[in-house]
Amino acid sequence: MIKIDTRQEWMSLLAKSPKGVLSTLVDALGAAPSFSWLRAPEIGGVMVRGRAGGTGAAFNMGEMTITRCTLKLEESGVVGHAYVQGRDKDHARNVALVDALLQTERAADIRASVLTPLAADMTTRRNTRAAKAAATKVDFFTLARGED
Amino acid sequence: MYVAVKGGERAIENAHDWLAEERRGDPSVAELSVAQIREQMTLAVNRVMAEGSLYDADLAALAIKQSRGDLIEAIFLIRAYRTTLPRIGHSSPIETGDMRCDRRISATFKDAPGGQVLGPTFDYTHRLLDFKLAADGELPQAATAEAPDAATPHITAILNRDGLIQTEDTPDGEDTPPDLTREPLEFPANRPLRLQSLTRGDEGFVLSMAYSTQRGYGRNHAFVGELRVGQVAVEMDIPELGFAIDIGEITVTECETVNQFAGSKTEPPQFTRGYGLTFGHLERKAISMALVDRALRVEELGEDNVGAPAQDEEFVLSHCDNIQATGFLEHIKLPHYVDFQAELELVRKLRTEAMEAKAAREAAE
Repeated sequence: MIKIDTRQEWMSLLAKSPKGVLSTLVDALGAAPSFSWLRAPEIGGVMVRGRAGGTGAAFNMGEMTITRCTLKLEESGVVGHAYVQGRDKDHARNVALVDALLQTERAADIRASVLTPLAADMTTRRNTRAAKAAATKVDFFTLARGED
Repeated sequence: MYVAVKGGERAIENAHDWLAEERRGDPSVAELSVAQIREQMTLAVNRVMAEGSLYDADLAALAIKQSRGDLIEAIFLIRAYRTTLPRIGHSSPIETGDMRCDRRISATFKDAPGGQVLGPTFDYTHRLLDFKLAADGELPQAATAEAPDAATPHITAILNRDGLIQTEDTPDGEDTPPDLTREPLEFPANRPLRLQSLTRGDEGFVLSMAYSTQRGYGRNHAFVGELRVGQVAVEMDIPELGFAIDIGEITVTECETVNQFAGSKTEPPQFTRGYGLTFGHLERKAISMALVDRALRVEELGEDNVGAPAQDEEFVLSHCDNIQATGFLEHIKLPHYVDFQAELELVRKLRTEAMEAKAAREAAE
Protein backbone atom coordinates (compact mmCIF):
# COMPACT_ATOMS: atom_id res chain seq x y z
CA MET A 1 0.00 0.00 0.00
CA ILE A 2 1.38 3.36 -1.01
CA LYS A 3 1.14 6.03 1.63
CA ILE A 4 -0.98 9.04 0.66
CA ASP A 5 1.69 11.61 1.43
CA THR A 6 4.21 9.73 -0.71
CA ARG A 7 1.89 9.87 -3.70
CA GLN A 8 0.93 13.46 -2.90
CA GLU A 9 4.58 14.34 -2.99
CA TRP A 10 5.35 12.74 -6.34
CA MET A 11 2.16 14.05 -7.99
CA SER A 12 2.98 17.57 -6.79
CA LEU A 13 6.54 17.28 -8.05
CA LEU A 14 5.37 15.96 -11.44
CA ALA A 15 2.75 18.72 -11.82
CA LYS A 16 5.33 21.44 -11.16
CA SER A 17 8.02 19.97 -13.42
CA PRO A 18 8.89 21.68 -16.70
CA LYS A 19 7.38 19.75 -19.59
CA GLY A 20 10.64 19.53 -21.54
CA VAL A 21 12.54 18.02 -18.62
CA LEU A 22 9.84 15.45 -17.89
CA SER A 23 9.42 14.41 -21.51
CA THR A 24 13.17 13.82 -21.87
CA LEU A 25 13.14 11.61 -18.76
CA VAL A 26 10.03 9.70 -19.87
CA ASP A 27 11.43 9.18 -23.39
CA ALA A 28 14.58 7.74 -21.81
CA LEU A 29 12.47 5.04 -20.15
CA GLY A 30 12.06 3.40 -23.55
CA ALA A 31 8.81 2.37 -25.19
CA ALA A 32 5.79 3.61 -23.22
CA PRO A 33 3.70 0.79 -21.76
CA SER A 34 0.34 0.34 -23.44
CA PHE A 35 -2.56 1.99 -21.66
CA SER A 36 -6.14 3.03 -22.24
CA TRP A 37 -7.74 6.36 -21.41
CA LEU A 38 -10.26 6.47 -18.60
CA ARG A 39 -10.38 10.21 -19.18
CA ALA A 40 -8.62 11.58 -22.24
CA PRO A 41 -6.61 14.79 -21.65
CA GLU A 42 -8.97 17.68 -21.06
CA ILE A 43 -8.11 21.38 -20.75
CA GLY A 44 -9.96 23.49 -18.21
CA GLY A 45 -9.69 26.26 -15.68
CA VAL A 46 -9.15 26.19 -11.94
CA MET A 47 -10.13 29.22 -9.86
CA VAL A 48 -7.13 30.23 -7.76
CA ARG A 49 -7.97 31.60 -4.34
CA GLY A 50 -6.10 33.89 -2.01
CA ARG A 51 -6.83 35.18 1.48
CA ALA A 52 -7.46 38.78 2.55
CA GLY A 53 -4.36 39.92 4.40
CA GLY A 54 -2.72 36.59 3.56
CA THR A 55 -4.49 34.87 6.46
CA GLY A 56 -8.11 36.11 6.44
CA ALA A 57 -11.22 35.37 4.41
CA ALA A 58 -10.73 33.54 1.11
CA PHE A 59 -11.38 35.33 -2.18
CA ASN A 60 -11.18 34.39 -5.85
CA MET A 61 -8.07 35.78 -7.58
CA GLY A 62 -8.54 34.46 -11.09
CA GLU A 63 -8.24 31.20 -12.96
CA MET A 64 -5.29 29.23 -14.25
CA THR A 65 -5.31 26.78 -17.13
CA ILE A 66 -4.84 23.13 -16.30
CA THR A 67 -4.93 19.82 -18.14
CA ARG A 68 -6.16 16.65 -16.51
CA CYS A 69 -6.34 13.04 -17.61
CA THR A 70 -6.63 9.52 -16.24
CA LEU A 71 -5.22 6.37 -17.78
CA LYS A 72 -5.09 2.67 -17.00
CA LEU A 73 -2.07 0.48 -17.74
CA GLU A 74 -3.12 -2.51 -19.89
CA GLU A 75 -0.85 -5.04 -18.23
CA SER A 76 -1.44 -4.32 -14.54
CA GLY A 77 -4.71 -2.37 -14.61
CA VAL A 78 -3.06 0.33 -12.46
CA VAL A 79 -4.65 3.78 -12.78
CA GLY A 80 -2.63 7.00 -13.08
CA HIS A 81 -3.95 10.57 -12.77
CA ALA A 82 -2.63 13.92 -13.86
CA TYR A 83 -3.70 17.44 -12.91
CA VAL A 84 -1.10 19.79 -14.31
CA GLN A 85 -0.80 23.51 -14.95
CA GLY A 86 -0.99 24.63 -18.57
CA ARG A 87 -2.51 23.24 -21.74
CA ASP A 88 -0.04 20.58 -22.81
CA LYS A 89 -1.80 17.25 -23.30
CA ASP A 90 1.41 15.27 -23.86
CA HIS A 91 2.77 16.64 -20.60
CA ALA A 92 -0.40 15.55 -18.76
CA ARG A 93 -0.11 12.09 -20.34
CA ASN A 94 3.51 11.79 -19.17
CA VAL A 95 2.52 12.78 -15.64
CA ALA A 96 -0.32 10.24 -15.53
CA LEU A 97 1.93 7.55 -16.97
CA VAL A 98 4.62 8.15 -14.35
CA ASP A 99 1.96 8.28 -11.60
CA ALA A 100 0.72 4.86 -12.74
CA LEU A 101 4.18 3.31 -13.12
CA LEU A 102 5.14 4.47 -9.62
CA GLN A 103 2.38 2.18 -8.32
CA THR A 104 3.76 -0.91 -10.12
CA GLU A 105 6.79 -3.11 -9.43
CA ARG A 106 8.81 -0.73 -11.63
CA ALA A 107 8.44 1.93 -8.89
CA ALA A 108 12.03 1.86 -7.65
CA ASP A 109 13.40 2.17 -11.17
CA ILE A 110 10.98 5.00 -12.08
CA ARG A 111 11.74 6.82 -8.87
CA ALA A 112 15.47 6.71 -9.61
CA SER A 113 15.23 7.58 -13.27
CA VAL A 114 12.41 10.16 -13.19
CA LEU A 115 11.58 11.52 -9.71
CA THR A 116 15.13 11.92 -8.44
CA PRO A 117 16.34 13.91 -11.47
CA LEU A 118 13.11 15.99 -11.46
CA ALA A 119 13.58 16.85 -7.80
CA ALA A 120 17.22 17.73 -8.45
CA ASP A 121 16.20 19.94 -11.36
CA MET A 122 13.63 21.73 -9.22
CA THR A 123 16.14 22.27 -6.41
CA THR A 124 18.66 23.70 -8.88
CA ARG A 125 16.13 26.10 -10.38
CA ARG A 126 14.96 27.24 -6.94
CA ASN A 127 18.44 27.65 -5.57
CA THR A 128 19.56 29.65 -8.60
CA ARG A 129 16.69 32.10 -8.12
CA ALA A 130 17.15 32.26 -4.36
CA ALA A 131 20.86 32.98 -4.81
CA LYS A 132 20.11 35.87 -7.16
CA ALA A 133 17.57 37.25 -4.68
CA ALA A 134 20.08 36.90 -1.84
CA ALA A 135 22.59 39.00 -3.80
CA THR A 136 20.07 41.88 -3.80
CA LYS A 137 19.60 41.85 -0.03
CA VAL A 138 20.36 45.25 1.46
CA ASP A 139 23.13 45.45 4.06
CA PHE A 140 22.51 48.54 6.13
CA PHE A 141 25.31 50.26 7.91
CA THR A 142 24.91 53.16 10.29
CA LEU A 143 27.00 56.25 9.74
CA ALA A 144 28.62 57.72 12.88
CA ARG A 145 27.10 61.14 13.32
CA GLY A 146 29.87 62.50 15.49
CA GLU A 147 27.57 63.82 18.18
CA ASP A 148 29.08 61.94 21.08
CA MET B 1 -31.21 51.44 -30.29
CA TYR B 2 -28.98 48.99 -32.03
CA VAL B 3 -30.25 47.47 -35.25
CA ALA B 4 -28.91 44.72 -37.43
CA VAL B 5 -26.99 46.13 -40.34
CA LYS B 6 -26.49 44.14 -43.48
CA GLY B 7 -23.77 44.70 -46.00
CA GLY B 8 -20.13 45.62 -45.76
CA GLU B 9 -18.92 42.01 -45.53
CA ARG B 10 -16.25 42.51 -48.15
CA ALA B 11 -15.09 45.76 -46.57
CA ILE B 12 -14.84 44.03 -43.19
CA GLU B 13 -12.92 41.11 -44.62
CA ASN B 14 -10.50 43.41 -46.42
CA ALA B 15 -10.11 45.54 -43.28
CA HIS B 16 -9.14 42.44 -41.29
CA ASP B 17 -6.68 41.33 -43.97
CA TRP B 18 -5.06 44.74 -43.85
CA LEU B 19 -5.03 44.57 -40.05
CA ALA B 20 -3.08 41.31 -40.31
CA GLU B 21 -0.59 42.93 -42.67
CA GLU B 22 -0.18 45.98 -40.44
CA ARG B 23 0.26 43.71 -37.44
CA ARG B 24 3.16 42.03 -39.18
CA GLY B 25 4.76 45.40 -39.95
CA ASP B 26 7.74 45.69 -42.25
CA PRO B 27 8.38 42.16 -43.57
CA SER B 28 12.10 42.87 -43.79
CA VAL B 29 12.13 42.99 -39.96
CA ALA B 30 12.14 39.58 -38.24
CA GLU B 31 8.75 38.44 -36.95
CA LEU B 32 8.20 38.52 -33.18
CA SER B 33 7.54 35.08 -31.72
CA VAL B 34 5.09 34.33 -28.93
CA ALA B 35 7.98 32.89 -26.90
CA GLN B 36 9.91 36.16 -27.29
CA ILE B 37 6.94 38.13 -25.97
CA ARG B 38 6.49 35.67 -23.09
CA GLU B 39 10.16 35.89 -22.09
CA GLN B 40 11.01 39.51 -22.86
CA MET B 41 7.73 41.43 -22.41
CA THR B 42 7.07 39.71 -19.07
CA LEU B 43 5.44 42.60 -17.29
CA ALA B 44 2.96 43.16 -20.14
CA VAL B 45 2.23 39.42 -20.06
CA ASN B 46 1.71 39.66 -16.29
CA ARG B 47 -0.76 42.51 -16.68
CA VAL B 48 -2.73 40.64 -19.31
CA MET B 49 -2.88 37.56 -17.07
CA ALA B 50 -4.00 39.60 -14.03
CA GLU B 51 -6.67 41.65 -15.75
CA GLY B 52 -7.62 38.86 -18.14
CA SER B 53 -8.06 36.85 -14.93
CA LEU B 54 -6.33 33.79 -16.35
CA TYR B 55 -2.85 32.62 -15.43
CA ASP B 56 -1.35 31.31 -18.66
CA ALA B 57 1.74 33.15 -19.93
CA ASP B 58 1.67 31.55 -23.39
CA LEU B 59 -1.91 32.62 -24.02
CA ALA B 60 -1.25 36.13 -22.70
CA ALA B 61 1.78 36.45 -24.99
CA LEU B 62 -0.27 35.24 -27.95
CA ALA B 63 -3.00 37.75 -27.11
CA ILE B 64 -0.42 40.58 -26.99
CA LYS B 65 0.88 39.57 -30.41
CA GLN B 66 -2.62 39.31 -31.87
CA SER B 67 -3.67 42.67 -30.41
CA ARG B 68 -0.57 44.46 -31.77
CA GLY B 69 0.39 45.32 -28.19
CA ASP B 70 -2.96 46.87 -27.27
CA LEU B 71 -3.15 45.42 -23.77
CA ILE B 72 -6.84 46.05 -23.19
CA GLU B 73 -7.59 44.29 -26.50
CA ALA B 74 -5.31 41.44 -25.33
CA ILE B 75 -7.14 41.26 -21.98
CA PHE B 76 -10.41 41.14 -23.93
CA LEU B 77 -9.12 38.14 -25.93
CA ILE B 78 -8.11 36.34 -22.72
CA ARG B 79 -11.45 37.04 -21.05
CA ALA B 80 -13.24 35.66 -24.11
CA TYR B 81 -11.05 32.54 -24.15
CA ARG B 82 -11.55 32.07 -20.41
CA THR B 83 -15.29 31.70 -20.87
CA THR B 84 -14.72 28.67 -23.12
CA LEU B 85 -12.86 26.72 -20.42
CA PRO B 86 -14.77 24.20 -18.35
CA ARG B 87 -14.31 25.06 -14.65
CA ILE B 88 -12.58 22.05 -13.16
CA GLY B 89 -12.57 23.34 -9.60
CA HIS B 90 -10.91 25.80 -7.29
CA SER B 91 -7.61 25.82 -5.45
CA SER B 92 -7.02 25.98 -1.74
CA PRO B 93 -6.15 29.58 -0.83
CA ILE B 94 -2.50 30.11 -1.75
CA GLU B 95 -0.10 30.37 1.18
CA THR B 96 1.78 33.60 0.59
CA GLY B 97 3.69 33.05 3.85
CA ASP B 98 5.43 30.11 2.12
CA MET B 99 6.37 32.22 -0.90
CA ARG B 100 9.84 31.79 -2.32
CA CYS B 101 10.51 35.50 -2.59
CA ASP B 102 12.31 37.10 -5.53
CA ARG B 103 11.72 40.43 -3.87
CA ARG B 104 10.60 41.43 -0.43
CA ILE B 105 10.76 44.92 0.98
CA SER B 106 9.25 46.75 3.92
CA ALA B 107 8.90 50.51 4.16
CA THR B 108 8.10 50.25 7.87
CA PHE B 109 10.88 48.10 9.35
CA LYS B 110 14.47 48.51 8.30
CA ASP B 111 15.60 45.35 10.06
CA ALA B 112 12.69 43.14 9.14
CA PRO B 113 13.44 39.44 9.74
CA GLY B 114 14.30 38.01 6.35
CA GLY B 115 15.78 41.33 5.28
CA GLN B 116 15.13 43.82 2.55
CA VAL B 117 15.53 41.90 -0.69
CA LEU B 118 15.32 44.18 -3.72
CA GLY B 119 14.94 41.56 -6.43
CA PRO B 120 14.79 42.52 -10.11
CA THR B 121 13.47 46.07 -9.64
CA PHE B 122 13.29 49.33 -11.56
CA ASP B 123 13.59 51.16 -8.23
CA TYR B 124 16.83 53.17 -7.94
CA THR B 125 17.41 53.08 -11.70
CA HIS B 126 17.96 56.52 -13.18
CA ARG B 127 15.19 56.27 -15.75
CA LEU B 128 17.61 57.19 -18.49
CA LEU B 129 17.19 55.48 -21.84
CA ASP B 130 19.73 52.73 -22.18
CA PHE B 131 20.97 52.87 -25.75
CA LYS B 132 22.98 49.72 -25.21
CA LEU B 133 19.67 47.83 -25.42
CA ALA B 134 19.18 49.14 -28.95
CA ALA B 135 22.41 47.48 -30.02
CA ASP B 136 23.03 43.76 -29.90
CA GLY B 137 23.81 43.39 -26.23
CA GLU B 138 25.82 40.93 -24.27
CA LEU B 139 23.96 38.37 -22.22
CA PRO B 140 23.43 40.04 -18.83
CA GLN B 141 24.24 38.00 -15.77
CA ALA B 142 22.88 38.42 -12.25
CA ALA B 143 25.13 38.21 -9.20
CA THR B 144 24.50 35.47 -6.68
CA ALA B 145 24.99 35.06 -2.95
CA GLU B 146 24.28 32.40 -0.39
CA ALA B 147 20.55 32.19 0.25
CA PRO B 148 18.88 31.54 3.61
CA ASP B 149 16.88 28.35 3.95
CA ALA B 150 13.85 29.53 5.91
CA ALA B 151 10.63 31.00 4.54
CA THR B 152 10.26 34.76 4.91
CA PRO B 153 7.78 35.73 7.66
CA HIS B 154 5.06 38.31 7.01
CA ILE B 155 5.83 41.72 8.52
CA THR B 156 2.27 42.17 9.74
CA ALA B 157 2.58 38.96 11.76
CA ILE B 158 5.39 40.66 13.69
CA LEU B 159 3.26 43.75 14.44
CA ASN B 160 0.42 41.47 15.33
CA ARG B 161 2.28 40.00 18.31
CA ASP B 162 1.63 43.15 20.30
CA GLY B 163 -1.97 43.48 19.14
CA LEU B 164 -0.99 46.73 17.42
CA ILE B 165 -2.63 45.77 14.17
CA GLN B 166 -6.05 44.49 13.36
CA THR B 167 -5.97 40.71 12.84
CA GLU B 168 -6.90 38.86 9.67
CA ASP B 169 -8.37 35.60 10.87
CA THR B 170 -9.75 32.81 8.78
CA PRO B 171 -13.47 32.85 9.51
CA ASP B 172 -14.88 29.73 11.19
CA GLY B 173 -16.89 27.47 8.89
CA GLU B 174 -15.58 29.27 5.88
CA ASP B 175 -18.11 30.11 3.20
CA THR B 176 -17.45 29.77 -0.48
CA PRO B 177 -16.30 33.23 -1.55
CA PRO B 178 -18.53 35.01 -4.06
CA ASP B 179 -17.38 34.75 -7.67
CA LEU B 180 -18.20 37.60 -10.01
CA THR B 181 -17.44 35.44 -13.03
CA ARG B 182 -20.49 33.37 -12.04
CA GLU B 183 -22.84 35.84 -10.33
CA PRO B 184 -23.38 39.44 -11.38
CA LEU B 185 -21.83 42.03 -9.08
CA GLU B 186 -24.31 43.12 -6.41
CA PHE B 187 -24.12 45.76 -3.71
CA PRO B 188 -23.30 45.94 -0.92
CA ALA B 189 -20.29 43.76 -1.80
CA ASN B 190 -18.28 41.99 0.90
CA ARG B 191 -14.49 42.20 1.11
CA PRO B 192 -13.79 38.95 -0.82
CA LEU B 193 -15.91 40.22 -3.71
CA ARG B 194 -14.19 43.61 -3.63
CA LEU B 195 -10.77 41.96 -3.67
CA GLN B 196 -11.70 39.78 -6.66
CA SER B 197 -12.99 42.80 -8.51
CA LEU B 198 -9.89 44.88 -7.71
CA THR B 199 -7.34 42.19 -8.60
CA ARG B 200 -8.79 41.92 -12.12
CA GLY B 201 -9.53 45.65 -12.32
CA ASP B 202 -7.76 48.05 -14.66
CA GLU B 203 -4.32 48.99 -13.36
CA GLY B 204 -4.69 52.61 -14.43
CA PHE B 205 -8.08 52.99 -12.80
CA VAL B 206 -7.05 51.32 -9.53
CA LEU B 207 -3.84 53.39 -9.50
CA SER B 208 -5.79 56.64 -9.92
CA MET B 209 -8.26 55.69 -7.20
CA ALA B 210 -5.37 54.86 -4.84
CA TYR B 211 -3.63 58.12 -5.76
CA SER B 212 -6.82 60.06 -4.99
CA THR B 213 -6.74 58.73 -1.41
CA GLN B 214 -3.14 59.87 -1.06
CA ARG B 215 -4.07 63.33 -2.26
CA GLY B 216 -6.77 63.62 0.37
CA TYR B 217 -9.99 62.20 -1.02
CA GLY B 218 -10.54 59.68 1.77
CA ARG B 219 -7.00 59.74 3.08
CA ASN B 220 -5.95 56.64 5.01
CA HIS B 221 -2.23 57.17 5.68
CA ALA B 222 -0.86 54.01 4.13
CA PHE B 223 2.63 52.64 4.72
CA VAL B 224 3.82 49.73 2.64
CA GLY B 225 4.27 47.30 5.50
CA GLU B 226 5.42 44.72 3.05
CA LEU B 227 5.68 44.11 -0.66
CA ARG B 228 6.68 40.66 -1.84
CA VAL B 229 6.99 39.01 -5.22
CA GLY B 230 7.71 35.34 -5.73
CA GLN B 231 6.49 31.87 -6.46
CA VAL B 232 3.79 30.00 -4.59
CA ALA B 233 2.42 26.51 -5.11
CA VAL B 234 -1.22 26.12 -6.13
CA GLU B 235 -2.85 23.26 -4.28
CA MET B 236 -6.17 21.67 -5.16
CA ASP B 237 -8.30 18.88 -3.73
CA ILE B 238 -8.58 16.09 -6.26
CA PRO B 239 -11.96 14.40 -5.77
CA GLU B 240 -11.03 11.07 -7.39
CA LEU B 241 -7.94 10.79 -5.19
CA GLY B 242 -9.45 12.06 -1.96
CA PHE B 243 -6.43 14.23 -1.18
CA ALA B 244 -4.88 17.51 -2.28
CA ILE B 245 -1.87 17.91 -4.55
CA ASP B 246 0.04 20.85 -5.98
CA ILE B 247 -1.20 21.35 -9.53
CA GLY B 248 1.29 24.05 -10.39
CA GLU B 249 3.20 27.09 -9.33
CA ILE B 250 2.48 30.75 -9.99
CA THR B 251 4.25 34.05 -9.50
CA VAL B 252 2.27 36.56 -7.48
CA THR B 253 2.76 40.02 -5.97
CA GLU B 254 1.43 40.74 -2.51
CA CYS B 255 1.23 44.10 -0.79
CA GLU B 256 0.15 44.69 2.77
CA THR B 257 -0.33 48.24 3.84
CA VAL B 258 -0.26 49.35 7.45
CA ASN B 259 -2.62 52.25 7.97
CA GLN B 260 -2.94 54.75 10.76
CA PHE B 261 -6.22 54.40 12.58
CA ALA B 262 -7.29 56.43 15.56
CA GLY B 263 -10.05 54.01 16.46
CA SER B 264 -13.79 54.34 16.03
CA LYS B 265 -16.97 53.55 17.94
CA THR B 266 -16.38 49.85 17.35
CA GLU B 267 -12.59 49.46 17.05
CA PRO B 268 -9.72 50.41 19.43
CA PRO B 269 -6.85 52.58 18.16
CA GLN B 270 -4.60 50.26 16.21
CA PHE B 271 -3.10 49.90 12.80
CA THR B 272 -5.41 48.57 10.11
CA ARG B 273 -4.61 46.87 6.87
CA GLY B 274 -5.15 47.09 3.18
CA TYR B 275 -4.40 44.11 0.99
CA GLY B 276 -3.28 43.72 -2.59
CA LEU B 277 -2.61 40.41 -4.36
CA THR B 278 -2.15 39.99 -8.08
CA PHE B 279 -1.00 37.38 -10.57
CA GLY B 280 2.54 37.98 -11.82
CA HIS B 281 5.01 40.70 -10.88
CA LEU B 282 2.75 43.77 -10.79
CA GLU B 283 3.73 45.84 -7.82
CA ARG B 284 2.17 49.15 -8.85
CA LYS B 285 -1.14 47.32 -9.15
CA ALA B 286 -0.72 45.41 -5.87
CA ILE B 287 0.06 48.60 -3.90
CA SER B 288 -2.84 50.44 -5.56
CA MET B 289 -5.16 47.57 -4.79
CA ALA B 290 -4.14 47.60 -1.12
CA LEU B 291 -4.83 51.33 -0.80
CA VAL B 292 -8.23 51.05 -2.46
CA ASP B 293 -9.10 47.94 -0.43
CA ARG B 294 -8.37 49.93 2.72
CA ALA B 295 -10.40 52.91 1.54
CA LEU B 296 -13.37 50.64 0.82
CA ARG B 297 -13.32 49.24 4.36
CA VAL B 298 -14.75 52.52 5.65
CA GLU B 299 -18.09 51.06 6.78
CA GLU B 300 -16.63 47.90 8.29
CA LEU B 301 -14.19 49.92 10.44
CA GLY B 302 -16.83 52.44 11.42
CA GLU B 303 -14.89 55.34 9.93
CA ASP B 304 -16.34 58.57 8.64
CA ASN B 305 -17.41 58.20 5.08
CA VAL B 306 -16.42 61.56 3.63
CA GLY B 307 -18.00 60.67 0.31
CA ALA B 308 -14.67 60.31 -1.46
CA PRO B 309 -14.79 58.37 -4.75
CA ALA B 310 -12.40 55.68 -3.41
CA GLN B 311 -14.74 55.04 -0.46
CA ASP B 312 -17.71 54.42 -2.74
CA GLU B 313 -17.68 50.70 -3.54
CA GLU B 314 -20.40 51.00 -6.12
CA PHE B 315 -18.43 53.66 -7.96
CA VAL B 316 -15.11 51.80 -7.73
CA LEU B 317 -16.28 48.28 -8.48
CA SER B 318 -18.68 49.29 -11.24
CA HIS B 319 -15.97 51.18 -13.11
CA CYS B 320 -12.74 49.27 -12.48
CA ASP B 321 -13.28 46.57 -15.11
CA ASN B 322 -11.66 47.77 -18.32
CA ILE B 323 -13.43 45.20 -20.49
CA GLN B 324 -16.86 46.31 -19.33
CA ALA B 325 -15.78 49.92 -19.67
CA THR B 326 -14.27 49.57 -23.11
CA GLY B 327 -17.18 47.44 -24.31
CA PHE B 328 -19.68 50.12 -23.46
CA LEU B 329 -17.45 52.96 -24.55
CA GLU B 330 -16.39 51.50 -27.88
CA HIS B 331 -19.84 50.31 -28.85
CA ILE B 332 -20.82 53.91 -29.55
CA LYS B 333 -18.59 53.89 -32.63
CA LEU B 334 -20.64 51.05 -34.15
CA PRO B 335 -23.57 51.90 -36.43
CA HIS B 336 -26.30 53.85 -34.64
CA TYR B 337 -27.85 55.05 -37.88
CA VAL B 338 -31.44 54.43 -36.87
CA ASP B 339 -31.36 56.07 -33.46
CA PHE B 340 -29.38 58.96 -34.83
CA GLN B 341 -31.99 59.29 -37.57
CA ALA B 342 -34.64 59.54 -34.85
CA GLU B 343 -32.60 62.21 -33.02
CA LEU B 344 -32.24 64.09 -36.29
CA GLU B 345 -35.99 64.02 -36.88
CA LEU B 346 -36.60 65.23 -33.35
CA VAL B 347 -34.15 68.13 -33.56
CA ARG B 348 -35.60 69.17 -36.94
CA LYS B 349 -39.12 69.09 -35.52
CA LEU B 350 -38.12 71.11 -32.44
CA ARG B 351 -36.31 73.63 -34.62
CA THR B 352 -39.32 74.04 -36.92
CA GLU B 353 -41.58 74.58 -33.92
CA ALA B 354 -39.18 77.09 -32.39
CA MET B 355 -38.83 78.97 -35.70
CA GLU B 356 -42.60 79.08 -36.17
CA ALA B 357 -43.14 80.34 -32.63
CA LYS B 358 -40.49 83.02 -33.16
CA ALA B 359 -42.04 84.09 -36.45
CA ALA B 360 -45.48 84.25 -34.81
CA ARG B 361 -44.07 86.40 -31.96
CA GLU B 362 -42.40 88.76 -34.38
CA ALA B 363 -45.56 89.08 -36.47
CA ALA B 364 -47.52 89.95 -33.35
CA GLU B 365 -45.09 92.70 -32.28
